[in-house]
Amino acid sequence: MIIKHPLLGPRDAAEFVYLGDANMIKRPEGFGENVEEAMYEHVYLRENPAGEHHELWYHEQGDRSWLVVTRNTLTHEISSVELARDVARRKGRSK
Amino acid sequence: MRYNALSILKQGLTGNKGWAPAWREPDPKPEYDIIIVGGGGHGLATAYYLSNKFGMKNIAVVEKGWIGSGNVGRNTTLIRSNYLLEGNQPFYELSMQLWEGLEQDFNYNAMVSQRGILNLYHSDSQRDAFARRGNAMHLTGSGGVMLSEAEIREKCPYLDFDNARFPIKGALWQQRGGTVRHDAVAWGFARGADMKGVDILQNCEVTGFQIDNGVCKGVETSRGTIRAKKVAVCVAGSSGRVMSMAGMRLPIESHVLQAFVSEGLKPTLPGVITFGAGHFYVSQSDKGGLVFGGDIDGYNTYAQRGNLPVVEDVCEGGMALMPMIGRARLLRMWGGLMDMSMDGSPFIDRTHIGGLYFNGGWCYGGFKATPASGFCYAHLLAKDAPHPVATQLRLDRFRRGAPIDEKGAGPQPNLH
Ligand SMILES: Cc1cc2nc3c(=O)[nH]c(=O)nc-3n(C[C@H](O)[C@H](O)[C@H](O)COP(=O)(O)OP(=O)(O)OC[C@H]3O[C@@H](n4cnc5c(N)ncnc54)[C@H](O)[C@@H]3O)c2cc1C
Repeated sequence: MIIKHPLLGPRDAAEFVYLGDANMIKRPEGFGENVEEAMYEHVYLRENPAGEHHELWYHEQGDRSWLVVTRNTLTHEISSVELARDVARRKGRSK
Repeated sequence: MRYNALSILKQGLTGNKGWAPAWREPDPKPEYDIIIVGGGGHGLATAYYLSNKFGMKNIAVVEKGWIGSGNVGRNTTLIRSNYLLEGNQPFYELSMQLWEGLEQDFNYNAMVSQRGILNLYHSDSQRDAFARRGNAMHLTGSGGVMLSEAEIREKCPYLDFDNARFPIKGALWQQRGGTVRHDAVAWGFARGADMKGVDILQNCEVTGFQIDNGVCKGVETSRGTIRAKKVAVCVAGSSGRVMSMAGMRLPIESHVLQAFVSEGLKPTLPGVITFGAGHFYVSQSDKGGLVFGGDIDGYNTYAQRGNLPVVEDVCEGGMALMPMIGRARLLRMWGGLMDMSMDGSPFIDRTHIGGLYFNGGWCYGGFKATPASGFCYAHLLAKDAPHPVATQLRLDRFRRGAPIDEKGAGPQPNLH
C-alpha cells in the first residue's frame, strides 16, 4: 500500500506504524460523567467496519507525524490522508 | 454410513459406486431450537457436540458460502496446548485431549499427527520465560520438556545454530503438539452433526437478526427468515461485521494473516518449528510442502489478501532460521481474516441480548481450539452456564479489568 503523506508525498506503508480506529483521537474527559464506562468503550471497543475506515498511522521512519488515513477495508483503496493534528483541531481538541 | 476397513474393501471391489454424500442438502425449516451462524470449524463442532454429546435436537448451521470456505480451510493446521495463563491453558489442554480421541469419536480420518512442536529460544531471558511456560503446562498435565542445543542439533541439523545475531540456545518441546488435516475437521464434524439430524444450510448468508424487546427471535437470511429460540454466532473473522447487525461493538478488530506453501520436498522437518527471535513458524505437510507463516499484516481489513512487506518479513525469518529454505520454490500463498481481540484471547459467552450468543476473538490460534470451542459453546448453549475451562472467556472481561493477555501487549490487537 502507498500512503500519500500530505507533506512528504507518496510513501510505502511499511514506513508507518498502525494504531487503528481514528476515533481514538476522541479521548473522553478524565473527570466527566460516567467516566469509567466511557474510558472502557474508548480503549476496548471498535467499530471494525467492512468498508470505509478512518485510521491512525504513525510515520515512524519518516517525519514522525500522525496521519488519519481513510481506507476501504474491503479493497485497501485509500481515499484521503490528513494530518491527525488537523483532524483533532477540527474536532476541537489540542488548541 | 459408518466408515470402516470393511466398507472400504467392499466399495473397492464394487467400483466405489456405493458411497453416499457425507451430509444432506436440506432446505431451511421455518424454525429451529438453535441456529448456529457460521459453518467454519467452530460452528460445525458446536453442532456436532450439541447433537452428539448434549442430546439437543432441531439444530441448524447457517453458512454464507460452503462449509470450510473460511479460516478452517485456510489455516496452517498447527495444534498445541502450550499456553501460559489460567484463563487459557486448561481450555487448550481440553482441546488437545479432544483432538487425541476425535477420529474415533466422529468416525472420520482427520489425520491428527502429533509430531511435536519445537519453540526455539535464543537468549537467557527467553529461556527463563519458556521454562515458566513449561511449568504452567505441567500444571494441566500437558507435558513439555526443555531441550538443549545438542538435542535440537540431532533433530534438525540444518537450523542456523550459530547465527551471529540469533544463535539457537535451546527449545521448549511439546511432543503432543502437531498438525491436523484442516478440511477433514470441517467435513468430519459436519458429517457427524448431519447424522444426528442437524441441518447444514449452505449458501445461506445471515443478513440481520430479529430482535424484539431485547430478545433475539431468529435471523434474516438470503434464503428467508428463520426463527430460533437461540442464535449462536460463530463467524470468526466476520465477527465485527455480523455483530454490528445486532447493534453491538466488540473488543475485536479484523486483520489478515498470510500463509505460504513450498513445493513438495522429502521429509525433513520432525514437527513444527517456531523461530523465537522473529515471527516465523514452519511445518511439513504430508504431501511434503513446507507450510509456513509469520505475522499478521497489522491493519484492519476484510480483504482476505495481504501485502508484500509481510511476505518479505516472513521470508527473512525463514532465512534466519533455516537458510536451506531459500532453495525451495514457493507454490502458493493466501490470506485469511483474523478476529483479533484486545488481549489475544477468545470469547465464548452470552451477549446482553436474550437468546443471542457469541463465540469469536480467536486471533490466529483458533484452529487448535476447534474441538474445545465447539464443546464449550455447546455446553453454554445447552445448559446456559459456561463450561468450567471457559469461565474466563467472557465478553465483559475488559470492563472488569480482567483481560487474559498472554503477551502483555495491552489493547493493541496487531501486537498479539
Ligand atoms: C493463514 C492462517 C493460518 C492460521 N494458522 C493457524 C494455526 O496454525 N493454528 C491455529 O490454531 N489456528 C490458525 N489459524 C486460525 C484459525 O484458522 C481460526 O482461528 C479458526 O479457523 C476460526 O474458527 P472457524 O474455523 O470457525 O472460522 P471460519 O472457518 O472462518 O468460519 C466462519 C464462517 O462464518 C461464515 N460467515 C461469515 N459471515 C456470515 C454470515 N453473515 N452468515 C453466515 N455465515 C457467515 C464464513 O463464511 C465462515 O465459513 C490460522 C488462520 C489463518 C488465516
